[in-house]
Amino acid sequence: MSERSNLRLLVLAVLVVSLLGTLLARTFYLQVMEGAEYRAAAANNTVREVAEPAVRGIVLDQAGRPLVSNRTTVVVTVDRQVLAQQANDGAAVISRLARILDMPREKIEDRLKTCGSEGAKPPPVCWNGSTYQPVPVASDVDTQTALSIMERRREFPGISAKLEAVREYPAPFNVNAAHILGYLGPVTEEQLEEQGDSEADDRLRRTDVVGRTGLERQYDEVLRGKPGITTLAVDTAGRVTGTLEEKEPKPGDYLVTSIDARLQSVVEQQLLAAVRRAQEQGYRGSSGAAVVVEVDTGRVLAMASYPTYDPSIWIGGVTARQFQALMDDESLSSNAYQGQFAPGSTFKAVSTAAAGVDGFDLYGIYPCPARVKIGSQTFRNYETNAYGPISLTRALEVSCNTVFYDIARRMWQEAGGPEAPIDAPDPIAETATSFGLGAKSGIDLPGEAAGRVASREFKFENWEAKKDTWCRNAEEGYPETRKTDPKMADYYTALDRENCTDGYQWRAGDALNAAIGQGDTTVTPLQMAMVYAAIANGGTLYQPQVAKGIISAEGEVVETFEPVVTRQVDVPRKAVRFLRNSLPGVTTDGSGEVPFAGFPLDRLPVAAKTGSAQVTGDKAATSWFASYAPADDPQYAVVMMVTEGGTGSKTSGPSVRKILESLFGVSGTTVNSRNSVLLGGSPLPDLPKVGPDGIPQTPKGQQAGVADVRAAGSTP
Amino acid sequence: MSGLLTTDPAVRTLTRQKGYWRDLDWVLLLAALTITIFGSMLVWSASRADMASDSDPQSYLKRHVINIVIGIALGWFASRLDYRWLRAYTPIIYGASIVLLMLPFVPGLGTTIAGARAWIDLPGGMTIQPSEFAKVAVILMMAVLLSEKRDIESEPRDRDVLLSLGVAVLPILIILVQNDTGTVLILGSVALSVIAVSGARTRWVIGLITGAIVGVLIAVQLGLLKEYQVQRLTSFINPGEDVSSAAYNANQARIAVGGGGWSGYGLFEGPQTQGKFVPVNESDFIFTVVGEELGFIGSAVLILLMGVILWRAVVIAFRADDMYGRLVATGIVAWLAFQTFENVGMSLGIMPITGIPLPLVSAGGTSMMATWIAVGLLQNVRLHAVRAGV
Repeated sequence: MSERSNLRLLVLAVLVVSLLGTLLARTFYLQVMEGAEYRAAAANNTVREVAEPAVRGIVLDQAGRPLVSNRTTVVVTVDRQVLAQQANDGAAVISRLARILDMPREKIEDRLKTCGSEGAKPPPVCWNGSTYQPVPVASDVDTQTALSIMERRREFPGISAKLEAVREYPAPFNVNAAHILGYLGPVTEEQLEEQGDSEADDRLRRTDVVGRTGLERQYDEVLRGKPGITTLAVDTAGRVTGTLEEKEPKPGDYLVTSIDARLQSVVEQQLLAAVRRAQEQGYRGSSGAAVVVEVDTGRVLAMASYPTYDPSIWIGGVTARQFQALMDDESLSSNAYQGQFAPGSTFKAVSTAAAGVDGFDLYGIYPCPARVKIGSQTFRNYETNAYGPISLTRALEVSCNTVFYDIARRMWQEAGGPEAPIDAPDPIAETATSFGLGAKSGIDLPGEAAGRVASREFKFENWEAKKDTWCRNAEEGYPETRKTDPKMADYYTALDRENCTDGYQWRAGDALNAAIGQGDTTVTPLQMAMVYAAIANGGTLYQPQVAKGIISAEGEVVETFEPVVTRQVDVPRKAVRFLRNSLPGVTTDGSGEVPFAGFPLDRLPVAAKTGSAQVTGDKAATSWFASYAPADDPQYAVVMMVTEGGTGSKTSGPSVRKILESLFGVSGTTVNSRNSVLLGGSPLPDLPKVGPDGIPQTPKGQQAGVADVRAAGSTP
Repeated sequence: MSGLLTTDPAVRTLTRQKGYWRDLDWVLLLAALTITIFGSMLVWSASRADMASDSDPQSYLKRHVINIVIGIALGWFASRLDYRWLRAYTPIIYGASIVLLMLPFVPGLGTTIAGARAWIDLPGGMTIQPSEFAKVAVILMMAVLLSEKRDIESEPRDRDVLLSLGVAVLPILIILVQNDTGTVLILGSVALSVIAVSGARTRWVIGLITGAIVGVLIAVQLGLLKEYQVQRLTSFINPGEDVSSAAYNANQARIAVGGGGWSGYGLFEGPQTQGKFVPVNESDFIFTVVGEELGFIGSAVLILLMGVILWRAVVIAFRADDMYGRLVATGIVAWLAFQTFENVGMSLGIMPITGIPLPLVSAGGTSMMATWIAVGLLQNVRLHAVRAGV
């Protein structure tokens, strides 16, 4: 054959060899040189984790009554990814869904908008979760509806119905306790970021629901349990090709609180009664709080806040109107541990202790005139009463302001008067701080307020922060106000000029106001309860606690929380003893006498202090009633407060009496601990029993507070 | 089969000389058998994951084995055909294959797979791909035209080159309409190789190479290729950055091959293969199966086996006793070499993604049969040369 043909065949042969050589080289490069990289990519490809959230632990009261439990519900979710692929973004699907669910389509549409996007309603109406996560649009859907949605897949692309465990509030004795229990919400972006690239099984996932407030948030990790993880091998089409690993979910532990449902119910009712009482007197009674703590442990037995809300509205998301209502009446935060109020005369116990610290003769005689004049200012007694020279005990009983004005003025002068250095001694502020005021009590609930102790230091810091505004206002002279009310503008201008030049000065008036719990000092009702508990137990300040222990879903005790001492109050023993001897006089011979008329004080002495704290503007006083009982062997401290509520004695006093009556089983003039709302007359020493089936052993019948507590307590 | 053959008139055309078994190219035969069995294993591994749990996981394998048996029988038949008979009937074979090639356009008969309308539906869920037979027919027809009526030392006349070019271009145009770009590229390479080895003038060869390059460029420029064709053809250049399905496939294929390492995950153990991350891995992407499950060692064995087949085919082409036999063998070399390179290359990310099988390895009955016919034709050429005493 021709040379040309041979040559060309040879060229083809060489070409073939080089082609195969190329393949071999490329294969070697991919598999041997870069193999590890591709192996990692392959591993990523095939494994998908499916997390099934664990059943959340329930919350029990001190006797084992469920305050929060679970039930199953049918939830309908919308997958927006699928919806977006439908004609018109699935408008027809939404219409059909609205019809079958019998709810307005606008409601579904609002729910499907991502929070912060255009036209989205504020949370929790809008969707706070991920774009890829199906949005729950309706819960408690009846089974028939759910089934017909699932059967008509073609008509409802992206819509699914599934069973979900949701929170339930059995509300024994109709307790509310919303601010203690808190509520759940979808996991936030911040929480997800915080945990970084965690690969742990129990890490938070975008679909998770977590505690947002209250105990649900504080003990979220305890209650959450561990999700069940199924590791699947998945192909490109999302088809499962095999199960690699299956881990069962571990249900969340049960949280036992020191709250007693029955007492809590009484306290809530009595707080409401106090508010009504204020309103009957023509005051607004805008908000209030009540706290019952065990003085020897710091455990919170009951804690109520007014206004409150129904915790079950959070299940399945609240409506825009519900949420607006919650925002409008400020019922979302607890006035008991998040509200800060001027303590008024209840603070005099602290001032008395401070007098003891500063070496004042606690058994001396002090003048109680109707008014005292300091410089150009006149400071009056309440209702301008004059009692003449009286003992300090009597001054506490009748709540004589002028006695404490005198003590405060002397302390102030001793420290150096207006020119005293910022760190000059201030026994009242120091004692208040020692009693835990101006700092968070450390209660096991999130978002606690610290309150504030008025002092030279505070005044100076406040001046530094505000002086620029004050000085500018003094310069400008309130031109806006001047147009309508030149007199007021003059007054404001003068005030700001004074504040601008020497607003840092701790003046006599400041010291006097501080001594009677007015001025810049604010406290939470919980802090006040802890102050009176410390006086009651002889000077030990406890860290208040709501949680008493943790029990596993199988009934084993996981942890018990022992009482935590914050500190021994820095007050001489004799001063505390003096207070313990003096305060029972308030209910027998003083400002608390009227509400305790007919109460068997001889058998059950009650130590107390009233307060009617003045607030700026023309609002009515804040009604305070702080107490502990029995005065001779203190067990519980009870504090109640109603803003714009009038006097402590008239508004809060009667309710505190009722609470004490139910605590000790007072009926008329008899005291019988068997009639106490607490089972056995006092808080149970041990944690309640939970059966191996997860059902808590609650008191039977009437004592349980709910019709079928066993069913309510069972976890689905 | 022998009973059937004795009653068939074609039997008389079969060579009956002694020494058939002795003179066979045993290396070629054994290499072809080995790679076929090797391929069956890979097809089994790739297809068992496809089967729903309630159906027979071996059903795909069984069909594959049947195809192999039919293929080997056809190969045996091809090896024994008499040259004269073959040359005489080549125009009929060619004509028949063109008709077959048109059948997918007949409504009710054609099936579109992966965008290519290149399959004919048969009863019982079987499909045949006539373009596979067209490769054989084109080679045979070109060999006839380019070796006819001339001295063995002279170059083919321009008229014959033009005619043989036309023989290749007709099916190429039909297959182009069917969107089977891969087969078009292979047929083009085959035609070019056969014309070159026929001894045609150098300007023909250069002209054809230039023409092919210009043709592809113009096709892309004028948008003659549909967008997805361009995308499929170009996605291999930068698969990491593209999320289109073509690039995704290229990427998944490379992950599968690369993950294999030296010795692979083991048969049936490749996560990419068993998880079906690589599409059509029993056919177009079959190389990803050997790459992932048997690693570089398995891949090298497969490539080397194909190398042995091609080496024997080149030797047969060299030793052919006439131009006809040489051109048939040359066409087959070009076909198997380029198809192998294209198929394996696309799994390795160095060639564009086109839907063509790996000869003797991939599932797909028509390809298996056509390739075994090719092996049979190679043997036929060799036997002819041995007997001629070359």
